[in-house]
Amino acid sequence: MSNKKVTIEPSKDYPCDIAIFKNYNHKLESGNTLNNFKVAFKTYGKINSKKSNVILICHALTGDQFITENNPITNKDGWWSKMVGKNKPIDTNKFFIIGINVLGGCIGTTGPKEINPDTNKPFNLDFPTVTIKDMVDVQKYLIDALNIDKLFAVIGSSMGAMQVLQWIIAFPEKICNAIHIAGALKHSSQNIAFHEVGRQAVMSDPNWFKGDYSNHNVKPERGLAVARMIAHITYLSEDALHRKFGRKLQSRDIISFGFDADFQVESYLRHQGKSFVNRFDANSYLLMTRAMDYFDLTEKFPKIIEFNNTINKHINYLVISFDSDWLFPTNENLEIAKILIKNNCKVSFIEINTDKGHDSFLLNEPEFHKAIKGFLNSKLDINDK
Amino acid sequence: MTQNISIRKDWKLIQSLIDIDSSVLDIGCGEGELMSQLEKNLNSNTRGMEIDGDLVNKAINNGLNVIHGNAEKNLEYYSTQSFDYVILSQTLQAMYNPKIVLEELLRIGSKAIVSFPNFGHWYIRLQLLFNGKMPVTKGLPYSWYETPNIHFFTLKDFQDICKKLNINIEKSFGLTNKGKQFEITDYSITSNLITQEAIFLLSKNKIETIKIESKQNVFMSQKILANNQ
Repeated sequence: MSNKKVTIEPSKDYPCDIAIFKNYNHKLESGNTLNNFKVAFKTYGKINSKKSNVILICHALTGDQFITENNPITNKDGWWSKMVGKNKPIDTNKFFIIGINVLGGCIGTTGPKEINPDTNKPFNLDFPTVTIKDMVDVQKYLIDALNIDKLFAVIGSSMGAMQVLQWIIAFPEKICNAIHIAGALKHSSQNIAFHEVGRQAVMSDPNWFKGDYSNHNVKPERGLAVARMIAHITYLSEDALHRKFGRKLQSRDIISFGFDADFQVESYLRHQGKSFVNRFDANSYLLMTRAMDYFDLTEKFPKIIEFNNTINKHINYLVISFDSDWLFPTNENLEIAKILIKNNCKVSFIEINTDKGHDSFLLNEPEFHKAIKGFLNSKLDINDK
Repeated sequence: MTQNISIRKDWKLIQSLIDIDSSVLDIGCGEGELMSQLEKNLNSNTRGMEIDGDLVNKAINNGLNVIHGNAEKNLEYYSTQSFDYVILSQTLQAMYNPKIVLEELLRIGSKAIVSFPNFGHWYIRLQLLFNGKMPVTKGLPYSWYETPNIHFFTLKDFQDICKKLNINIEKSFGLTNKGKQFEITDYSITSNLITQEAIFLLSKNKIETIKIESKQNVFMSQKILANNQ
């Protein structure tokens, strides 16, 4: 019938692999179709003979497939290098880790900055809106293409946690364990509001050109930097900001009575904004924030957990929140745990005590690391029996 | 919550009250030693709730399914009649509202196992009588100003509240201060005096006496309540 074809080869642009899907005719949630697309992914550790040690790690809004070791784009450690690696909580001596750049991303997977085969120009804003479901569908194609029958675990934080929920409802038979960190069943009104401010910042940059900036050889750098600065505040907490910066001045002893970055916190945010524009595509940012905004499983998740009981019963769930996270607060994470409890699922829930806000999942939080490590290792023992 | 050295003697006894292959919810499960024991020895399907995050984390590391939560506020998470047994070990006396918790246990489980320190034990009585101070014992090692145990009650008090809440006492055991175990068959002063720690197996009374009024006369009838297991 269809002449679907997948080829996997090393990427020409990044030190990772790329899967090229042809004639997949994949229908997106928006109704648009993606016939040909490619997916960039990076693996760590060794797959065992039974292929029973595979962990899929879903990245967050601006993450990528370079989970640990060196990130070739920033030349710094990968975003989860504290968590993943040899003898780390998610130990690559034991597990085979897959990181996939999400659909619509900008590090090798088909997204707005890639060339549209029909026009031979970058898609830019012609790229269809993608949803969390679309991202997960594409991840599933890759897992199938790699002939992996069952994932030992799916793990994700923030937007990655949304992907974990989608995996749970869409492909429960494909996963043994699921770790949901600092996420929610839906993107809240406040979170949509912050995203909208970020998008408006990008779109009001004169270099945005309605998303067509690449054809003008410019980037909406200022707008994207402002978007990142706003978002970055939401990833921290008041206590963490105060502890880190207080009202300390930046490279000066007295205030300037002007609008320079007098305060350290200003300088820090400007730096965050600037370094972000070097590594991230503005249209991709718009698309990713929209995917999160559209995410809402408040009706679907409880229904599917209840009615699919026979095929999701085997899954072990771990839900984790951070008490100072105001972007995805404990009560939103708890909603998910409560649905699983109500349906007698095998679920653990823990709230980690820290003042570092939403970003805690990226940082050195011993209790958090201990929970992930202990959970995975305890399930590994069961699987080995 | 109120763990101390003497407390965990009751586990063996609790285990003896549970049927094989049952589903068990342990409220205040700590790091889950009892849960592990029941999974190993009775092939129980266990879940737990614990208020202390460090202990929750240890339980997760032990491969158990534990919810970080507060037994006084969060028992609503659990569906009605979703477990065969709900265990509340050595915690009732630390609750703000033991009556509601007790009712919740039997909403969630078809049976409840509750253990608590008996404040009617002779040694405690003597301490209060002769010292004139709140008793401090091996089993209850806290001074009044720092004790987590805010609702002290005796064997007799517990039997009374069960009656009031229409709870059926299926079995009850006492442990003496020497760790000797005996079945409480009578509700005499002796049991109350020698029981340092009590363990009760409870179920909801399915027979309730109700009054039915008719035009001619008032008579009593036994109504069988639906067993909603």
